[in-house]
Amino acid sequence: MSDVLNAVEMRGIVKRFPGVLANDRVDFDLRAGEIHALLGENGAGKSTLMSVLAGLYRAEEGTIAVRGKPASFHSPRDANARGIGMIHQHFSLIPSQTVTENVLLGLDEPRFFLRLPDYDRRVAEIGQRFGMNVAPTAKIWQLSVGEQQRVEILKMLYRGVEVLIMDEPTAVLAPQEIDGLFETLRAMVASGKSIVFISHKLNEVMRVADRVTVLRQGKVTAAGIATAETSIPELARLMVGRSVIFDLEKKPQQPGEVVLSVEAVCATGAKGLPALKDVSFQVRAGEIVGLAGVAGNGQSELAEVLTGLRRCTSGHIRVHGDELANHSPLDAIRRRVAHVPEDRTHVGSAPNLSITDNVIMKSYRQAPLANGWSLNYARARQRAQELKEAYAILAPTVDTEARLLSGGNLQRAILSRELSQEPSLLIAMQPTRGLDVGAIEGVQRLLLAQREAGAAILLASEELEELLALADRILVMYEGEIAGEVIDGNTERIGLLMTGGGKAHPTQ
Amino acid sequence: MTTTASQTSSPIKLIIEPRLTTPRWLSPVVSIGAIIVALILGGGVIAFVGGDPLATYAHIARAAFGDLGVFSDTLVIATPLILVGLACSLAFRMKLWNIGAEGQFYMGALGASAVILAGWVPEGTPRPVALGVMLIAGVVAGALWGLIPGLLKAKLKVSEIITTLMMNYIAIQLVNYFVFGVWSESGFQMSPQFPKMAWLPRLGDYAREIPALRGLTTHFGLIFALIAVAIVWFILYRSRWGYEIRLIGDNPRAAEYAGIDIVKNTVLVMMTSGALAGLAGMSEIAGVVHRLQGAISSGYGFTGIIIAWLAKLNPIVVILVSVLFGGLILAGREIQPAGVPRLIQGIILFMLIASDVLLRYRVRIARA
Repeated sequence: MSDVLNAVEMRGIVKRFPGVLANDRVDFDLRAGEIHALLGENGAGKSTLMSVLAGLYRAEEGTIAVRGKPASFHSPRDANARGIGMIHQHFSLIPSQTVTENVLLGLDEPRFFLRLPDYDRRVAEIGQRFGMNVAPTAKIWQLSVGEQQRVEILKMLYRGVEVLIMDEPTAVLAPQEIDGLFETLRAMVASGKSIVFISHKLNEVMRVADRVTVLRQGKVTAAGIATAETSIPELARLMVGRSVIFDLEKKPQQPGEVVLSVEAVCATGAKGLPALKDVSFQVRAGEIVGLAGVAGNGQSELAEVLTGLRRCTSGHIRVHGDELANHSPLDAIRRRVAHVPEDRTHVGSAPNLSITDNVIMKSYRQAPLANGWSLNYARARQRAQELKEAYAILAPTVDTEARLLSGGNLQRAILSRELSQEPSLLIAMQPTRGLDVGAIEGVQRLLLAQREAGAAILLASEELEELLALADRILVMYEGEIAGEVIDGNTERIGLLMTGGGKAHPTQ
Repeated sequence: MTTTASQTSSPIKLIIEPRLTTPRWLSPVVSIGAIIVALILGGGVIAFVGGDPLATYAHIARAAFGDLGVFSDTLVIATPLILVGLACSLAFRMKLWNIGAEGQFYMGALGASAVILAGWVPEGTPRPVALGVMLIAGVVAGALWGLIPGLLKAKLKVSEIITTLMMNYIAIQLVNYFVFGVWSESGFQMSPQFPKMAWLPRLGDYAREIPALRGLTTHFGLIFALIAVAIVWFILYRSRWGYEIRLIGDNPRAAEYAGIDIVKNTVLVMMTSGALAGLAGMSEIAGVVHRLQGAISSGYGFTGIIIAWLAKLNPIVVILVSVLFGGLILAGREIQPAGVPRLIQGIILFMLIASDVLLRYRVRIARA
């Protein structure tokens, strides 16, 4: 490799955030024509390091060289000009515009007259060259998440990017779409481009990457080791600093009485289109029912309908025999239906209120916190203090505002609120999404403890491994329907059902 | 792009980082600092136009707080300001932008006047009873004026900013209708003076017992205002309802998720806000004007918005800010360049809002 210039060389990068050393003298090399995985837990500094490379952040110390020449980026535009582009977890696309319009957005050309058909052709050409089939005239809102991701990649390719950074690109994709993405990435690498693949999913890293750099707490624990010469347990150890137990202890347990019974529920989604079609299932006490599916296939709407946040157009929802369909969220809370919402910041918490205010959201109506009209704040703080300790919520005090908590700590605060109510039914939506390995394990143990305590649990997750490890059976949702139920953990069948492939044999 | 090294090596740089915790003392210190900076800047402007800043400030201070008499007048102006400041603070806590305190103030005044002028309270009724009826009428009228935008917002998602703003003009013209037409005193643009039973007691009324109170205009409305402060403080910081208001204000989706009825609370908060502004109208009409007329408010309802904002929606601080503004308004009537107190009001407002950055972020100066 000595005679070939590295595509990127980062040396001694230091980046601080208030109270956190996000990158501590990090070195990173990217060769031309390789897929280089950047592995680490949440908060390990992967995204920070790559944001420095992409011109979003400026490092306090350290140097960057692109193809041997020093570089200093003040904005993503600077980085783009040197052939570096980053695709973030949350796409920056304009839903009402076409693929081509989104690709051209922010560029100097075309200047005034758009001549869109010309550009449509060029966008389609690039797509074909790298095996991405996207109609240039399609509007973004018409596209699936996987297709939208392809538009983001097209945007970067159109800008002549030689180094593409992708931040957890597989998080939103179905297994089949992941395969498609990996093929595109290989085609790009074959044409001499380089890719940084940020992930915390070990099996994907092993599958797609040539080399791996592992970060832990802002420091490099493994620099550019070849995936061929390492293993998943080895990488996991480098990532967490200790051996991770991948097998959770799930006690065999006979499910009890039916707690939740959903019968032929239909509901419309945010756009007024049907989001749930004739959904029926049951969850019993002491049982975890997994809910698998690609994001946007009705899981969110199902959770909202079950917790009273969305009306259903027909059907019945019964909890312990009581009808809850089209009742208020308060009725669900009163029947001890706990809900760990998918969106922690926009639904699950009040960002500018204190931890105390956040953990009493469901219990402030009852004694001992409430006393008639008044609210006993001394008791509330005491309750928050207890939960903070019991659930290891890391924060200076219980008066700290929720927005200042890290993702994992916020999730622990939400879980402490929901689980301390001794729920009879727990709806847990993506409870471990975005958490680091240690935190995930903690959350999973809490879920299993609830199962043992006899709660009925509906668990939606994008991580198949998680569902396979925790759930007693798995329901797969596709386009608002329960596409099928899998009890034996057959991942191939789950994958098929998730992508509509199981439709040939209708369920029940 | 070649001078990479030199760009990073400026000798001194400002580092701005978010604060993880805000000490309790910081907020008042920053606010007082902002007022001092505002006075210095205002002084600069006064000096620029050829005035003497120190003399001007001394004059303003004397005209507003110089002796018991003028301080009493300051409190008279502060009284309605406290009430409308509370009205806005309560609504703003829920991020309900009630811009209609002015109209609710007028409706409160109209309601309180109506029970007297329409003769529903017969002459000779004991003062506490007459005033009690006026108070209820004023509060109810203000609350109804808040109910309409509240319902429109809650049920139909009509912007309360527009509806409350527009309803100000309706209220003012409605009062004009009664002043010019129904209750006009021999063609003048004002109603007949209320009988004494409808006058809120003033400090000066007790001069016979305590001579020191002679001529003091501060009236019983101040007590209403202080009681209202206590009630609003309790609601916001010690009640379940206040918790719901704060939760809805910070994140309505989280509030809905927590089982809180947003429709009900929107209506209730708008009504309560209107009731407080209506009480301000009643207090002004019964404590100062003693008749219904057109110009009963010099924009109190709008000043209430500024007061609520400056007080950071804290009911106790509303008292302090209202007294300060009462003094500035009074001084504005007294001193010659009447624009100066307004100018200072404006600069103080800007400075206080800008100083908020210092509460959220820590600013350090570091050598690179």
